[in-house]
Amino acid sequence: MGSDPLLSHGISLAVVLIIVLKVLVAFVVLMVSVLLMIWFERKVISDMQNRIGPNRAGPWGILQTLADGIKLFFKEDLIPERSDRFVFKLAPYLSTIPAFLTFTLVPLGGVVKIFGHTTELQVVDPPIGILFLLAMSTISVYGVMLAGWSSGSKYPLIGSVRASAQMISYEAAMGLSIASVVLVTGSLSTRDMVNAQAGYFFHIFPKWNLVQLGLVPFLVFVIAITAELNRPPFDLVEAEQELVGGFHTEYSSIRFALFFLAEFMNTITMSAIIVTLFLGGPSGPDPRFLHWLWPVLWFVVKTIAFLFFYVWLRAALPRLRYDQLMDLGWKVLIPISLAWILVVAGMQINRLLGFGILVLSLASAVLLYRAMDVGDALNDASDVGLAPTATSGFPSAIAIPAAPGLKIVTRPPVGESSTSGGN
Amino acid sequence: MLIATVPIALPDLITFLFAAVAALVGAGGVILLKNPVHSALMLVMTLFSVAILFIEEQAQFLAAVQIIVYAGAIVVLFLFVIMLLGVDRKEVIQKETLKAQRPLAVVAAVLALLEISLLARTNWATGAKGVTSSTNNSASNIVQLGRAVFTTYLLPFEATSALLVIAVIGAVVLARRSSGPQQVVVDPEVAEDAAEANEQTEQGSLS
Repeated sequence: MGSDPLLSHGISLAVVLIIVLKVLVAFVVLMVSVLLMIWFERKVISDMQNRIGPNRAGPWGILQTLADGIKLFFKEDLIPERSDRFVFKLAPYLSTIPAFLTFTLVPLGGVVKIFGHTTELQVVDPPIGILFLLAMSTISVYGVMLAGWSSGSKYPLIGSVRASAQMISYEAAMGLSIASVVLVTGSLSTRDMVNAQAGYFFHIFPKWNLVQLGLVPFLVFVIAITAELNRPPFDLVEAEQELVGGFHTEYSSIRFALFFLAEFMNTITMSAIIVTLFLGGPSGPDPRFLHWLWPVLWFVVKTIAFLFFYVWLRAALPRLRYDQLMDLGWKVLIPISLAWILVVAGMQINRLLGFGILVLSLASAVLLYRAMDVGDALNDASDVGLAPTATSGFPSAIAIPAAPGLKIVTRPPVGESSTSGGN
Repeated sequence: MLIATVPIALPDLITFLFAAVAALVGAGGVILLKNPVHSALMLVMTLFSVAILFIEEQAQFLAAVQIIVYAGAIVVLFLFVIMLLGVDRKEVIQKETLKAQRPLAVVAAVLALLEISLLARTNWATGAKGVTSSTNNSASNIVQLGRAVFTTYLLPFEATSALLVIAVIGAVVLARRSSGPQQVVVDPEVAEDAAEANEQTEQGSLS
């Protein structure tokens, strides 16, 4: 049942109570941080856009989210007539529950002693570790998909199909970049991943996977989970300008709030997961006093840095078009992370092999792009260039781009038509 | 009576009963519910319950893969097809497309049940946890699976992956929309019309 020392001496009442306490603390911490995160996002983004932002409820508007939450609770709960009632009610929970369950994997700090029991500062540490993250993110696809379908109307359905296609596509890139972390760690457990990143290169640079894996898996992972979270610039599945609003068009009151609760919970969880996978989790300089507190503090600081990064992305980048989104996922991120896994695997055997694979994959990428260019050029030539030169007497005939289906047209000889024109 | 002879801890028993009942209810729902989307959701419930049983048997990796692959990819694909093809309404299943379909199904079910009970005659419940040797080591599950797949069963593994690649290429070839000029079939009438139109525009531009 995982490597938590708490469970290694049998299960007693105290152990059960500690686990319940951990679950409660994690739940409360996540809820409160969602509250603060929404306020933080609104404040930061209004600063970036030269606005003031929420400033009425509480000092600096910090209670604005609470007010909004209470308002949403007391609004009328509409269920569309043509909806599938049970699935319609089920869908928001399918989004929210996985968002919370993923958070339980994150190691928040080091090992502490509570009531005479040694335990890790993390709710669970299952042996399948990071695979649980993948399993939960596949479940949250159901939330989005069923929400759109059960609404019984067109735009939510289209929105949900888009959204689930996006989430499934980017899951592949996400899984591949996680695989390279697993490759260097040799374990799926998040605690082992954090432990493997302890130490320093040359006594200065921390031995984080960010450095160790050569930045590529980190970048792929960050982009992939931004899409997975439906955060800007990949938020076209739930933006107001697209398809009315996407899968949650028909939702109102608390069910609507649950979707956004899930999204913000996921944002926080995924920032924490990035920190765990690539930035050494709670590792950092540790002064001698208050030994248990420092790892938690470092963890929080790193996570907030990523939360700020997400808000910044939202303020800075325009939204992608749907085809650009799919191209980025399938044609850029997945090939890059596949090649990089080979490189990382080669590096695990020896340096020479690793660099060899790197050079080979770069060379094959160049060749592939050259081949695609040549193919495109050939297609263009047969589409546009050939049709006029085959028929026209003027070599510099106006190259009218022929519509497909019109280009094998057998015209009368040009001389004839031009003379008749001259008449 | 065979179950009673084997000592099973209470938490294990509760987990097993819960997951087994949920799996059976889900399986029943798949074939009994009228709406295809509801059936697919019931299938997800069954897959989850089986995953819980896997965890109970210390096969955590298998449980995770079960959820990621089956619940996460395959059933999502089912749902895609159901939603996009618009078959998500209640179907009339009174009419049988194959004659004697239902009696045959009952016979097949009884046969399957008989086979299972014959196979399981001696070992209903062994109380053993996991077929991999050591279950105490947390990583052993994945390590052992990896060893087995990449040494003992390397050839079947590679053959399976080759099969999957062939399937992907086949799907791409079938689904590809041809766009080369050589594939354009020109209707002679359309071609004539177009020629006339061309001629007229040329005349117009020249005169």
